[in-house]
Amino acid sequence: MAGAAEDMKVLGTKQSMFTQRVVWALKLKGVEYEFIEEDLVHKSSLLLALNPVHKKVPVLVHDGKPIAESKIILEYIDETWKERPLLPEDPRERANARFWAAFIDDKLMEASKKAFVSTGDDRAKAMESTMEGLKLLEQELQGKKYFSGDDGIGYLDIVAGWVAYWFQFIEEIGGFKVMESTKFPCLDAWIKNFLQVPSVEQSLPSPDELRNVFGAIRMAMQMK
Amino acid sequence: MAGKQKHTRVKNQLKMGELKVLGSWSSPYGLRVQWALGLKSVEYEYIDEDLLNKSEMLLKYNPVHKKIPVLVHNGKAIAESAVILEYIEETWPQQHPLLPKDPYERAMVRFWINFLDNKDKVAPFITFFIGVGEEHKKAVKEAKELLKLYEEQVLGEKKYFGGEEIGMLDLAMGWMAYFGAIEEIVDVKILDAETFPRLHAWIQNFRAHPVIKNNLPDHDRLLQNYTEKRQRFLAYSPHTENA
Repeated sequence: MAGAAEDMKVLGTKQSMFTQRVVWALKLKGVEYEFIEEDLVHKSSLLLALNPVHKKVPVLVHDGKPIAESKIILEYIDETWKERPLLPEDPRERANARFWAAFIDDKLMEASKKAFVSTGDDRAKAMESTMEGLKLLEQELQGKKYFSGDDGIGYLDIVAGWVAYWFQFIEEIGGFKVMESTKFPCLDAWIKNFLQVPSVEQSLPSPDELRNVFGAIRMAMQMK
Repeated sequence: MAGKQKHTRVKNQLKMGELKVLGSWSSPYGLRVQWALGLKSVEYEYIDEDLLNKSEMLLKYNPVHKKIPVLVHNGKAIAESAVILEYIEETWPQQHPLLPKDPYERAMVRFWINFLDNKDKVAPFITFFIGVGEEHKKAVKEAKELLKLYEEQVLGEKKYFGGEEIGMLDLAMGWMAYFGAIEEIVDVKILDAETFPRLHAWIQNFRAHPVIKNNLPDHDRLLQNYTEKRQRFLAYSPHTENA
């Protein structure tokens, strides 16, 4: 039962990998929403009022009630609209999905960030960690079209989405390469399949938009 | 501290199966899991890990992180305390629910657990324990700000973070219930009854609950163990004034 557009707002930015998770989930569920593009340099009073704790995007506002943190928003969306489930039914499988989601956002993301900003030995170590992380994801995928199975994308695919698209620009602008299709054939196939899902394909920012974002981040770090 | 509860095949309406918890006697993350199972009256075998000498079992059941807690249910392992708590809630939903029914309220519980578990939010309390000088002063200030947030915005007027009954967020906040041992060792009180009357009341209520009461780290053992830990950190710290 999709909510009316005026009941559901998403505060975010098109380039944000975390915002996109929420967009994909709502599109998959067929829920209408109003997207409010935020300027993250000059944060709006709306954003600050709705996410005073973290002052970050995305924020989902349903019937006036704000929810922050993308993974938490995904669970909320899944619990509120029961059709087209994002998480599996079995508690053990749900635990597995949540475990890997946490891994992707903690370990893998931290390693990727480090690889992006560092040089020399630190970079080598970070690249090694990133590769270890990708290896584990490759193993987790083994045999399946999507992390969530063969039928369609789910919670874990959505959380891993940044690996399918944003990661290549992190590598490009950061000046390092870890994701080779020969080394990670399952991930490579998953990436191709994931990016073809209509809800995903329709929402992706352009390569140049992401190059600009990561370019700006790199410059800011070099100026420190 | 609860000793090992042997696995028993007791006929009851709870799901039967072999359940193990790998934990560590003073770890609040492990205790969360034990408390959750205790509140739901689910029997399990507790296996205490020496974190300086990790067992083969732990490395086998949590190869990715090599950390406790790990829940092993019918031979299948689940790691990460927040993930384990959700699993416990979904597997034994009828007894002592740990999450509210309303999706928005559930999101709020998850938000605060995620917040307080963030390493930036844990760090001030760790630095309070092992830091010195300026670094320690800063940690005291940050810790007090966090406690104020928890007292005023998260707990508010409620008896427990979960409302009338202990919920998942109370379990995540459980480290506060024995934080007094650290304050005693550091000889600085930050979680005092005058500044944080609601948190103080919460601690008394939480500690008094029969399931929690029987599953708290022994105070004297905490004092001894933490004193040793602190001394080790201070000995290696470049900031130590009396090296």
